[in-house]
Amino acid sequence: MKNLYDVVVVGSGPGGLAAAISAKKNGAADVLIIERDMELGGILLQCIHNGFGLEIFGKDMPGPSYAQHFIEEALSLGVEVLLDTMVLDVRPDLSVIMMNKRDGIQEVQARAIVLAMGCRERTRAQILLPGTRPAGVYSAGTAQRWVNIEGFMPGNRFVILGSGDIGMIMARRLTIEGAKVERVLEIMPYLTGLTRNYVQCLMDYDITLQKSHTINRIIGDKRVEAVESVAVDEKWNPIPGSEEIIPCDTVLLSVGLIPENELSKNVGVTLDPLTGGPIVDNHFMTSRPGIFAAGNVVHVYDLVDWVTEAGFAAGKGAAVYALQGEVAGVKQIALKAGENIRYVVPHLLDIDSLRSESTRLQLRVTQPVEERVRIIVEDEQGDILAKKAEPYARPGEIITLEIKPDAYEMAKKAQKITINCVTVAQKQTTG
Amino acid sequence: MPQESELICVTCPKGCTLKVLHEGNQVIDVLGSGCRRGKEYAICELQDPRRMVASSVKVRSGLHPLLPVYTAKAFPKPLIPELAKILRQVEVSAPVKINQVIIENALNTGIDIIASRDMPKL
Repeated sequence: MKNLYDVVVVGSGPGGLAAAISAKKNGAADVLIIERDMELGGILLQCIHNGFGLEIFGKDMPGPSYAQHFIEEALSLGVEVLLDTMVLDVRPDLSVIMMNKRDGIQEVQARAIVLAMGCRERTRAQILLPGTRPAGVYSAGTAQRWVNIEGFMPGNRFVILGSGDIGMIMARRLTIEGAKVERVLEIMPYLTGLTRNYVQCLMDYDITLQKSHTINRIIGDKRVEAVESVAVDEKWNPIPGSEEIIPCDTVLLSVGLIPENELSKNVGVTLDPLTGGPIVDNHFMTSRPGIFAAGNVVHVYDLVDWVTEAGFAAGKGAAVYALQGEVAGVKQIALKAGENIRYVVPHLLDIDSLRSESTRLQLRVTQPVEERVRIIVEDEQGDILAKKAEPYARPGEIITLEIKPDAYEMAKKAQKITINCVTVAQKQTTG
Repeated sequence: MPQESELICVTCPKGCTLKVLHEGNQVIDVLGSGCRRGKEYAICELQDPRRMVASSVKVRSGLHPLLPVYTAKAFPKPLIPELAKILRQVEVSAPVKINQVIIENALNTGIDIIASRDMPKL
């Protein structure tokens, strides 16, 4: 290991791998990935289902195959790797403190850092789930690791709380492994994961999903024996009389993911309360110069392909910063979430960069709209920098669109850029 | 009499809602698909539904106790439960290379079950 690296990447999931590859390709000589697990790849290694790579490779790959492609590319480019090593601290002077069993505590200096720690699952404590505290209540991702990598079945009869993708994918996975999934309960009146997963994970295996339902209490002394489910109104208040006892021995929680930003907070990176991740520009640089962030650490994506793309941008930004000491042009403009938009990533657009390359926006709507919508990126004059039509807009599914270089002249004059989601009918009435 | 059914295309994460006009399992028209794969999906879904299947098999002396595997092509849906049963009984030995065939011609479908990753020997 060297004392100084151009780029140090924290984490080797799809965001970290792409960042390391891109940093190398954009001129960084020495690139180091620090990974706490025993091998590279991150959570993709336990995502053994298909559906990865459709955007980037145009083919349908399982998670481990997708990871292996980028692991091989990173290693062949000469990216250095420290496995089984935990980063303890990232400092504003771009030094990184880490620890492993072999070398104890060590420090390494970087010229630029990419944070790629991914995200964590929301836990039972965070959703205040009532009832007893028996064994048999796990997060869906934990169960996924046991079933897919470590070879344990955590139970025989499951109730899954939350219709997030991991929950639905685990419902199918457990069924294939011979378990019975009694029910999937979703507190929202709509699906929170991808519609295709409802079809191929639940419908295909005759697993019942109940929307506007949650767990009223968990029942069981030493081990889960049942849950009491209940229907809820639009304010999530239980509807009396709708309670049902569902016998089961295991409860899986798929109730949301939270970007993992302990290191970011310690180093003073500004976070966006809506995404839970750093505020970034389109090079994925955070509020701390030289510290970049890529992937689910920024906001929770629904497609790994876009994480890889974000990693490429962050790695390039980090390489440029490492070599030149700066990355963005003089004028940065905020991308504001407007009508029915919950958040937009990136938060800031470097206008100069738009001269030569497109910027992809990732956004989520606030309210579901089950009719044709237009996503419109406009300045304060109402001039349109980019737009995209969608057949519908659902909070569970990220919408992505590009601002292309042909909008450069317009963007240069803009004081304010807002992104709105309007129905086609609304658009016609307002002109 | 032609009838209309609603299907959700699972070919890509977009998940288009398809309105399928069909007579029995003969597709007459498909509306609402974002690309041409929607129509192919609707025809396949009515006549011979298939899905990609991913699972794991036991691996001896590997870095992990399980090796992730998947069907090289979409697999006939009615045979998935039987395939799942077979996969629960398979055991292979490390090292395994990515795309290595684990079961050839599974259940006489002409579809191989292949490894999703390298599994080094411990």
